[in-house]
Amino acid sequence: MTTTSAVRPVATDQQPAAAPPPTTRPDHAPALTVVPRRNPWTWVGVAAVAVLVAMFVNGLATNPGWDWPTFARYFATETVIKALGTTIQLTVLGTVAGFVLGVVLAAMRLSPNAFLRSVAWAYIWAFRSIPLIVQLLFWFNIAYLYQSISFGLPFGPSFGSVATNDLFGALGAAVLGLALHQAAYAAEIIRGGILSVDEGQREAASALGIPRRRQFLRIVLPQAMRSILPNAANEVISLFKGTSIVSVLAIPELFYQVQVIYGRNSRVVPLLLVATVWYIILTTLLSVGQYYVERHFARGSSRTLPPTPLQRLRTRLAAFGTSTSRAAGTTTAGVAR
Amino acid sequence: MTAVVDLRGVSKSFGPHRVLDGVDLELAEGTVTVILGPSGSGKSTLLRTINHLEKVDRGQVRVNGTLIGYRQVGERLHELPEREVLRQRSRIGFVFQSFNLFPHLTVLDNVVEAPVSSQRRRRHEVEPEARALLERVGLGDKAAAYPRQLSGGQQQRVAIARALALQPDVILFDEPTSALDPELVGEVLAVIKELAREGATLVVVTHEIGFAREVADTVVFLGEGRVVEQGPPGQVIDHPRHERTRAFIDRVL
Ligand SMILES: Nc1ncnc2c1ncn2[C@@H]1O[C@H](COP(=O)(O)OP(=O)(O)OP(=O)(O)O)[C@@H](O)[C@H]1O
Ligand SMILES: [Mg+2]
Repeated sequence: MTTTSAVRPVATDQQPAAAPPPTTRPDHAPALTVVPRRNPWTWVGVAAVAVLVAMFVNGLATNPGWDWPTFARYFATETVIKALGTTIQLTVLGTVAGFVLGVVLAAMRLSPNAFLRSVAWAYIWAFRSIPLIVQLLFWFNIAYLYQSISFGLPFGPSFGSVATNDLFGALGAAVLGLALHQAAYAAEIIRGGILSVDEGQREAASALGIPRRRQFLRIVLPQAMRSILPNAANEVISLFKGTSIVSVLAIPELFYQVQVIYGRNSRVVPLLLVATVWYIILTTLLSVGQYYVERHFARGSSRTLPPTPLQRLRTRLAAFGTSTSRAAGTTTAGVAR
Repeated sequence: MTAVVDLRGVSKSFGPHRVLDGVDLELAEGTVTVILGPSGSGKSTLLRTINHLEKVDRGQVRVNGTLIGYRQVGERLHELPEREVLRQRSRIGFVFQSFNLFPHLTVLDNVVEAPVSSQRRRRHEVEPEARALLERVGLGDKAAAYPRQLSGGQQQRVAIARALALQPDVILFDEPTSALDPELVGEVLAVIKELAREGATLVVVTHEIGFAREVADTVVFLGEGRVVEQGPPGQVIDHPRHERTRAFIDRVL
């Protein structure tokens, strides 16, 4: 394979279409067509990977061990869907509570007050050090430490109390554990985002007399979001899958539920596949959401935003439509849509 | 004639380093003051004390007679709550060397933001004014653009419109053209000259001697945190009395 053979067809293709421009200068250089470099090893790699992918897909389709009929039977059963609902609920509550507390912790870490800074630092240190599963078991067993929780003034009189077990069901313990864990990570992500905003932005806002809260919400935070979002999305996705740990508290979330089902019928692999496919579907949705939210906060960050995959597809289709209609000599408007 | 900006014995140190050392200045309404001085002489710091971006250690700053950043109780100056300081600042325009436009807001929103949020005015009332200001700095067609889609000179003109939108008593410029390519300096200086002609009170830190000579009513030469000399440009630039001023002018001309 030689490079010249790759060049020729392109060059001859182009020549009739592009009429040479009228040259006014006698030493005008001829318009040259640019041909990108080709690396033959890329194709070797592509071939090898394609074979592996084909083998894998073939295995998925033909190996009876995957037991697709069982997968199909359980994929959308009521118990599985309900368990999925619990998983989503845990994710949403854990994320919201975690990020709210995370904002508070980040603000404390950025505070000029050394005491607030230290407390936030210690919290983050502690909750990043304790494995999530250990922490969850602690909360689940909190009734052993505190039989009842009373409400009142600190060190003062109490207005009433509730039994710890009434306040913390297993689900409450799970949400609390996930949120506290999440807050430690969220705090660092938010703090990093705020620090990534140029100091001149706050200074300009402050020179314009913009009120403090507005400076943060309107000027700093939207810019911080650009670096917060990718990390936050990672956290949400890992929390979403992390909810499977909650199965140790016997909460009927997705992973726990498929374990229960394969405990009864021993079809382990297809049921694990049920959970896997649901995790993949929801993670995909989250990733798509992330893409568009990130785009929203990227306004003004570059001169022009690249088109979204949908927009690209639409222009491709439109181009395809016009080229075929021109070739056919008829209007095939249906193709362009 | 009343002084719009009145500095009395302003001193400021960073650690052991005394950056401003008893600066006295009185700037009359409708005048243009150009501050010259070598790098590190405290020009930016002086400008920043006027709107309390920098706290002074000693002395007083008054704008239109109001003490900036402090409240006097007997012999003591108590620092004002941030809310009050922010309110005072909304009467003082500031234009930065590096523009500091808000990149995630359109040009129009950059201009509208402060009047709405710090002067609590209605957006529908501010917006036509903002468009008129953009027109005035020659950017009427850029209202919907984002700052990064503009050239440096255009960005700095937006920053000037943003400062003007607060209808400030005085506008402070800290080297407004130093971050610009030479061919863009002219368009920004033209806007500042136009403001001067319309009678705005301006304080400009700059190294553009030609601009100072043409526009300034008063040139202040700052050296090591002190006012070395001040007077009309014909005197300070063309016939400096002090050796330090002369050496500096010779170097930049
Ligand atoms: N926040 C700060 N902390 C410590 N030192 C500072 C700070 N800001 C300024 N300085 C010092 O104060 C001195 C005066 O700084 P300033 O920025 O006012 O000078 P300038 O005259 O504006 O100089 P230039 O022409 O380079 O802008 C410099 O020596 C600088 O290093
Ligand atoms: Mg400076």
